[in-house]
Amino acid sequence: MSLLEIESLRIEFPGEDEERLVAVKGVDLAVEQGEVVGLVGESGSGKSLTCRAVMRMVPEPGAISAGSIRFDGEDVLSLGTSELRDFRAHSVGMIYQNPFGSLNPTMRAGAQIAETLKVNRGLSNKAAKVESVALLDRVGIEDPERRYRAYPHELSGGMCQRVMIAIATASSPRLMLADEPTTALDVTTQAQILKLLAKMRAEEGMAMLLVSHDFGVIAQACDRVAVMYGGHIVETGPVETIYHEPEHPYTRALLNSVPELDSAGNVQRRAALAGHPPELSDFIPGCVFAPRCEHAKQDCAGIEMKLEKVGADQESACPVRPYAEAGARSAERAARVEA
Amino acid sequence: MSDVLTEETKSAAHLLEVESLVKEFGLRRGLAERIARKQVAPHRAVDDVSFTLDRGEILGIAGGSGSGKTTLARCLIRLIEPDGGAVRVDGIDIRAHKGAELRELRRRMQMVFQDPYASLNPRMTIGAALHEAGKVHNRPGSENEQAFVSRLLGLVQLTDRIAPRKPRELSGGQRQRVSIARALAVDPELIIADEAVSALDVSVQAQLLNLFLDLREELGVAVLFISHQLAVIAEVADRIAVMQKGRIVETGTTQDVFAHPKDEYTQALLRAHPHPDPRMRFVAN
Repeated sequence: MSLLEIESLRIEFPGEDEERLVAVKGVDLAVEQGEVVGLVGESGSGKSLTCRAVMRMVPEPGAISAGSIRFDGEDVLSLGTSELRDFRAHSVGMIYQNPFGSLNPTMRAGAQIAETLKVNRGLSNKAAKVESVALLDRVGIEDPERRYRAYPHELSGGMCQRVMIAIATASSPRLMLADEPTTALDVTTQAQILKLLAKMRAEEGMAMLLVSHDFGVIAQACDRVAVMYGGHIVETGPVETIYHEPEHPYTRALLNSVPELDSAGNVQRRAALAGHPPELSDFIPGCVFAPRCEHAKQDCAGIEMKLEKVGADQESACPVRPYAEAGARSAERAARVEA
Repeated sequence: MSDVLTEETKSAAHLLEVESLVKEFGLRRGLAERIARKQVAPHRAVDDVSFTLDRGEILGIAGGSGSGKTTLARCLIRLIEPDGGAVRVDGIDIRAHKGAELRELRRRMQMVFQDPYASLNPRMTIGAALHEAGKVHNRPGSENEQAFVSRLLGLVQLTDRIAPRKPRELSGGQRQRVSIARALAVDPELIIADEAVSALDVSVQAQLLNLFLDLREELGVAVLFISHQLAVIAEVADRIAVMQKGRIVETGTTQDVFAHPKDEYTQALLRAHPHPDPRMRFVAN
């Protein structure tokens, strides 16, 4: 049994005139014990919502309208108020894109960690303080005694994110939900935070669901990745396979758009994907990617978005499979660089 | 007036020459300093920056947040007043001119910002906004609004159907194309793109990077391309200048700098780059 199992998850928002806007359209996703799974996609793909749904924190007026989420076999969607609080306190931790926005600006950073420890683990004031300092030390904050007394505005973005990680891991959760945890940070700070998350994972055996629009971040941290587009998972597999041999045309186009350092000194136009990702109000019959896909056929408007096995551990929602014989994407790229 | 400017023009070797540019911001004194009646040294956001940019060249400016990239860009067109040094466009010092002459210099250097929402008037149609820019600067062809707008939209690969719409009706990528068209409306020789593609999805980002390359080829326009993402700079820029704490710490062709970075900060930036190939991880799992 997987640690986290999401099945046919559907998230809707009310639109104009009774219309329902479907943001997540039947997502299936599993996270094993100790595994790091990435959710990658462009804006509006539904990746953040999927992640938030695990905590039952879909922002109003959105709501989960169908599907199930099981954590360690337990149905998360049917938890009562106090059980839900317990679940959020002990089983999962969450970190967000904007660490400043998630900390209370009027409370000292240490007090916010201590509060979590007192409420979640029932520690005394004194024990909570000692433990908070130890946590600050563990997330790599220098001079933790002094930082314990600092207010969030006195800390840098990277340090605030470390404090958030300390809070999220205070009760040793088995699953960490990380929603764009490094997007607002400088590249050097981003590297530090990714290293810290890898360290926490190694020490605690913590599983993680990492949401990012940046395939680079996903490649650094994840074992497996699910690529989302227009509310669907279009492809999933081990991160190495997805990078080198993507099957779905969207994955391939997305990866071909990722800027790379190797292009330095060889400035040339990329084979860019035309158009832009679909809006919530766009209704696209059949394959959501078909309008932008260079391999789209007439039948594509009639297919069902369903993941089918295409390799040992790889699934794709494209029945056309234009790249089944194409081989590794890197060879393609190398050929283009030479040309 | 503009005849005088064009005469000076021919002598200058570079399109843009920046020499020892300095911008300082005064810091508010804390309580302790006020009690001790101590002065606080101002913060040097741009510290002795010099570089040149040729016609049709794309120069990338890289650096972390707070490194002074944006302040530098704003000083170039005197959106904020530099405290020292010189900025010469075709040999003409922008700091020595005012009024109509300054306006003419600014016409030749146009800025494109990160957030097209903030730089387009939400109540004006796209067509009206583009036409107004041309009209203000008396650009040839601006008498005929429809043809003028149509040509600009064509340059940024948008259809004429966009012209009667308002900014909010467009996608992020379309809006950024309109911002670029607005900059092009006054026939600039240099576009200063300040994080112009940073807020866009990667598929749209790739389209916009291609557009900058197309514009350079078709119009010969030079681009000062500011970005915190080294990989984005690698995709478009001929040369790169890396900034840290207001100074340029390294400069050279992108090829040389990325292959053999000499400065420690450049090396740190390159090491921290999250490579999309999982085989090139810096995080050991």
